[in-house]
Amino acid sequence: MAILGALVLCVVGSFAYVGGWLSPGLLTPGRFADGFQEVFGVHPGFRRNHAKGVCVGGYFESNGQGARLSKASVFEPGRVAVTGRFSLAGGQPFAADGPAAVRGFGLRFEPRHGGQWRTAMVDIPVFAVGTPEGFYDQLLASKIDPATGKPDPAKMTAFLAAHPETVRAITIIKAKPFSSGFANATFNGLNVFRFTNAAGDTTPVRWSMVPVDAFAPEGPADAQDKNYLFDALIARLRRGPVQWHMIITIGQPGDPTDDATLLWPDTREHLDVGTLTLDSVAAEAPGNCRDINFDPLVLPDGIAPSDDPLLSARSAVYSQSFTRRAGETKEPSAVTPAEVGQ
Amino acid sequence: MVLTMLFIGVAMVASLADYHLLVSIHRPLGIAILILVIIRYVNRKLNPPPEFIATMPPEERVAAHYSELLMYAMMFAMPLIGWGMLSAARYPIVLFGPIHLPPILPHSLMLYAVLRKTHTIVAYLFFATFIAHFSGVLFHTLIMRDGLIDRMVPWRVRGPEINPP
Repeated sequence: MAILGALVLCVVGSFAYVGGWLSPGLLTPGRFADGFQEVFGVHPGFRRNHAKGVCVGGYFESNGQGARLSKASVFEPGRVAVTGRFSLAGGQPFAADGPAAVRGFGLRFEPRHGGQWRTAMVDIPVFAVGTPEGFYDQLLASKIDPATGKPDPAKMTAFLAAHPETVRAITIIKAKPFSSGFANATFNGLNVFRFTNAAGDTTPVRWSMVPVDAFAPEGPADAQDKNYLFDALIARLRRGPVQWHMIITIGQPGDPTDDATLLWPDTREHLDVGTLTLDSVAAEAPGNCRDINFDPLVLPDGIAPSDDPLLSARSAVYSQSFTRRAGETKEPSAVTPAEVGQ
Repeated sequence: MVLTMLFIGVAMVASLADYHLLVSIHRPLGIAILILVIIRYVNRKLNPPPEFIATMPPEERVAAHYSELLMYAMMFAMPLIGWGMLSAARYPIVLFGPIHLPPILPHSLMLYAVLRKTHTIVAYLFFATFIAHFSGVLFHTLIMRDGLIDRMVPWRVRGPEINPP
């Protein structure tokens, strides 16, 4: 009887252990999402981060150059439909646009015969943190103190003291001026990925979307229009399509692949693999970009994750956020192109 | 294999570092189970399992019979729910390399939410049924030593002098 009990307990115990029920301190996707909710509040139906956004559509015209590096169908010469979403970092879906918020760009490439690819990019060149734990600590340290309306400086000082990589990354981020809007911003994939071509050769890479629209430096926030960044994008798209060049940066042996706080040397080869054209914009609605999880690990054959620990964690937490909001009642988003003056 | 899936399932939803690897295994393994459970069910219909052994009282036979049926139903339903929920969320259903399955349901977040919850509930129910079944088999094998395990495995666990054929 004792053996029987021990065997059953063993199976149930190991089930509970791998499920994380025996380690309440473990940083799980669920606790991560709880962290976002603690810092930004719960806004049912919206993403737990990058909550404010607008949907865009268009196509990617591959020039065929990328096939040298990856066998992914998206790099074959020709046109691939895309669905995208521009967003602002942070978990408040109705926050006012401002120069402080990092801008995000989620993109889904949909080749006709499979090989779907999703990427979630931002307009900063490196991540401020290198690990999921660092991200979580930074998130909690940046929580607004209701008494002062600002994060607790002591908490941020303590966080930076414990994370010299963040101090270094912030220097890199601040070294380059930000652009005036979404349409003339460079968006970076940040993490390193691995491209594998038809011959089986694997190369570490990063990617960026480099705008065709001319750079203009960022100005102060528009006090009259709390959606001024999104409204400028909508107005820009009404004047005509907006384009970006997709630039692949090719890593060399020895370049760090597991630390998104580090840049590679400027001398690395940059390969222009095609042009992204956006020509439509719409408010978030059922069935469009609102209902897509821009999970950075939805990758086609020919693109694989690197050993960067942020990647699996991003995938897990995006999925957690998606699952939570999927079952919640939705309300209209802040950005509604139809209401923006013609 | 099925038990492995339950373990992978609970591990991946709690994991940051191994999430992607575990999901990448969970998806093709689920589809493999769907195929195998169909083959197994057809085989069971063609070659009925041995009769229950004499030492099992009637209520235990009913429990054993329905727990087997329930496990078959769940083994069949779980991969379909998984496939369906990924379809409703419009995730590509990649098995390995370029091999992927088509979506079987329309793109709907609410549908995804319901199926995602069902996937978890059925998984726990399956684990509970498995534990009950497992405990019953262990009880017969270790305590009663009546050779019930011979009904389950293709090889003979006890000699014929203890459990004559």
